[in-house]
Amino acid sequence: MAAKTQRDEWKALSDFLAIGAAAFLVILGLVLAIAGEDPVMKFHGCLLLGASGIALLYILTQFVEGREPADTRGYADGVVRAGVIATVFWGIAGFIVGDVIAWQLAFPALNFDLPWTSFGRLRPLHTSAVIFAFGGNALIATSFYVVQRTCRARLAGKWSPWFVFWGYQLFIVLAATGYLLGVTQSKEYAEPEWYVDLWLTIVWVVYLLVFLATLAKRKEPHVYVANWFYLAFIVTVAMLHIVNNLAVPVSLLGTQSVILYAGVQDAMTQWWYGHNAVGFFLTAGFLGMMYYFVPKRAERPIYSYRLSVVHFWSLIFIYIWAGPHHLHYTALPDWAQTLGMTFSIILWMPSWGGMINGLMTLSGAWDKLRTDPVIRMLIVAVAFYGMSTFEGPLMSIKSVNSLSHYTDWTIGHVHSGALGWVAFISFGALYCLVPWLWHRKALYSQRLVEWHFWISTLGIVLYITSMWVSGILQGLMWRAYNSLGFLEYSFVETVEAMHPFYIIRAIGGLLFVLGAFVMAYNLWRTARGDQPVDATDQPSVAAAPEFRPGEYTAPAE
Amino acid sequence: MEYEQVASISQVAALIFFIVLFAGVVIYAFWPGNKKRFDEAAKLPLEDDPESDKGKDG
Amino acid sequence: MSWGKHDVLEKSPMLMLVGILIVVSIGGLIEIAPLFWLKSTVEKVQGMRPYSPLELTGRNIYIREGCYVCHSQMIRSLRDEVERYGHYSLAAESMYDHPFQWGSKRTGPDLARVGGKYSNEWHRAHMINPRSVVPESIMPGYPYLAERELDYENIQGVLKANAAVGVPYTEEMIESAKADLEAQAGNDAGDVEALLARYPKAQTGPFDGNSEKITELDALIAYMQMLGTLVDFASFDEAGPNLR
Repeated sequence: MAAKTQRDEWKALSDFLAIGAAAFLVILGLVLAIAGEDPVMKFHGCLLLGASGIALLYILTQFVEGREPADTRGYADGVVRAGVIATVFWGIAGFIVGDVIAWQLAFPALNFDLPWTSFGRLRPLHTSAVIFAFGGNALIATSFYVVQRTCRARLAGKWSPWFVFWGYQLFIVLAATGYLLGVTQSKEYAEPEWYVDLWLTIVWVVYLLVFLATLAKRKEPHVYVANWFYLAFIVTVAMLHIVNNLAVPVSLLGTQSVILYAGVQDAMTQWWYGHNAVGFFLTAGFLGMMYYFVPKRAERPIYSYRLSVVHFWSLIFIYIWAGPHHLHYTALPDWAQTLGMTFSIILWMPSWGGMINGLMTLSGAWDKLRTDPVIRMLIVAVAFYGMSTFEGPLMSIKSVNSLSHYTDWTIGHVHSGALGWVAFISFGALYCLVPWLWHRKALYSQRLVEWHFWISTLGIVLYITSMWVSGILQGLMWRAYNSLGFLEYSFVETVEAMHPFYIIRAIGGLLFVLGAFVMAYNLWRTARGDQPVDATDQPSVAAAPEFRPGEYTAPAE
Repeated sequence: MEYEQVASISQVAALIFFIVLFAGVVIYAFWPGNKKRFDEAAKLPLEDDPESDKGKDG
Repeated sequence: MSWGKHDVLEKSPMLMLVGILIVVSIGGLIEIAPLFWLKSTVEKVQGMRPYSPLELTGRNIYIREGCYVCHSQMIRSLRDEVERYGHYSLAAESMYDHPFQWGSKRTGPDLARVGGKYSNEWHRAHMINPRSVVPESIMPGYPYLAERELDYENIQGVLKANAAVGVPYTEEMIESAKADLEAQAGNDAGDVEALLARYPKAQTGPFDGNSEKITELDALIAYMQMLGTLVDFASFDEAGPNLR
């Protein structure tokens, strides 16, 4: 009895805290909406007011009617389902913006010469939408799913997981509308202004606490390796985000701020952040995804748990040094450039440790690549990871970098990682998750997964090959000399030479968008509960756990 | 101290430090006593607990 | 049981968290912290000064429109770049840039030394429609910059915030920010001499060819025309105490 009363007290306390926080945000939103010094601040105040107002009303009705959230037993999967939907939505939005700006580079008239449709504002919108909105939601959703399954514990907190989810969506909307309206601090992949940064910090700390608290109440003695990667991702991104975004606001009621660092120190801090956004957001986080979904889907344990220990610690230690390779031959001191290059080359090893671990998990079951397009997607993602983590160290070598830097080669490299690795591993996880979370016996259509896989793969190939050619071509043209010892080409001649490759790239991007639409349709039909068209072709693991025959065996005492 | 001195000392110190650190991680990973634990942990994702998977609609 | 301790690490999330934090802090500390105290990081040069209020406002428009996405401001110490763009960029040249604008991609050319290379008229035509002066250009047009009146209500606040992070703006500079901005933009009543005393080498407008009003284009061109023009390379000692 005493235990029950105590639990009720905790619940009441958490309700009061949630109501208090929402009420505080309502007031804050109201203040900013009325007293904001520029139109964007007023607008963002209205957004905060609206979002927190709805949250407050919802929590109050739940509280007054004494209602419990629907899924209080077992795992908290509602928030994971929401995360899956958000991942698909933001993914498609981000891919479309990316393809639009690809066409703008081929045909500049598509900029329409309006402030909010020009390349300079849409490009940060694209990068943030795919990295933070698509990738971030995929990571939050899968980490919440994986940590519960591997800990055999329900997600900690009643309102907190939902605060993480909705708070993160609000962050995305504030950042995205800010870019379109010209509010940016111009640090790549860290463009949101100071107040949006503060909001993300709050959301992120709650995310960390929910994750840690769930780990703490686990019923398994071990913390599974996927969770190490998720934890490293969450805590390191927090560190990077806070340090890189330190700024002095011009006014507490205005959008503008001035970054704490200047010039060379700011450049180093920014690329320490920027490269580790790649290292910890786009690599460590998604490796966590790989360490759960590849073994799960292949129905065999990870190839080598020892290798995962070694490569985890080496990867997180070495990645953090790699930033200066973005600043070769610049005004950054040579010693820092050399350090960055050295560690970038060493980084090849732990990266391939992860790749080998993922690929070899399939050893003895390679036939699954032919029969199960979902596992093919996961494994091809790992192969792309291997390819881009080989290309990366190569490009960090100073002499290679002198050619590749500032060109489209970098853009192609980023996209072989982003489309090939990040997006494919996420797609694979989504195809796994939707039947599992919506309690379906199979995906709606495995054939559509095949279509998605091949359309997107063709898109990626067009993308990265055209960028290799255009990047290397432009790099060579910039440094070409004629027989008299003068520079052979004017800058604009090198721009002209890019035109055909920009069209090929945009077509590749279009294919990738099409593939994503095929996926969205398939997942929607699955979630809706439509009769699968080819359930017999699908492996038993495609079904939700309760529909899998004889899979569970109690662990030996 | 000159820059060169600082650089050479710190380079050697860092080299030794990183080798020791890396060796530590490798020894830990390959320590025979740890094998059983790792095998158990590796099977974690494959063992879904059906009890906590049921009755969670909504 | 020394190896049992790793067991603890693997089983305790909090310890693991601390372990991760220590491991990921080392690289950043060693690479970033020395840049703040090694004096050789930023060269000693003649001529660097903080941005004038109009230039700073123009720089904020440059940031707002995302120009850094396609234009670098960092000439690398490579033969072809020095011949194409001019003397390689010095760390000192961006010492007042909060944040830096080195960029990472050259869809368009480097702008670190674009100042003085083209006339104000060329810039105006180019910003309104890039293809009117460079037919093969793929840059977006910014016709609205020439129409929008410049908002410099909070210019003093912007200077103060810059001073707070270490840019040497004096009380006098902050107080006369508005007057300086208007004088540089081509206001007939402006005290250009006082402006030049505070900001040597500052060029005066109207940059957009229109003395009726101060537009966003005025500010942006004022910024572009001063890029890379401040350092006196005649007095720069290349073999001096810097590690590059």
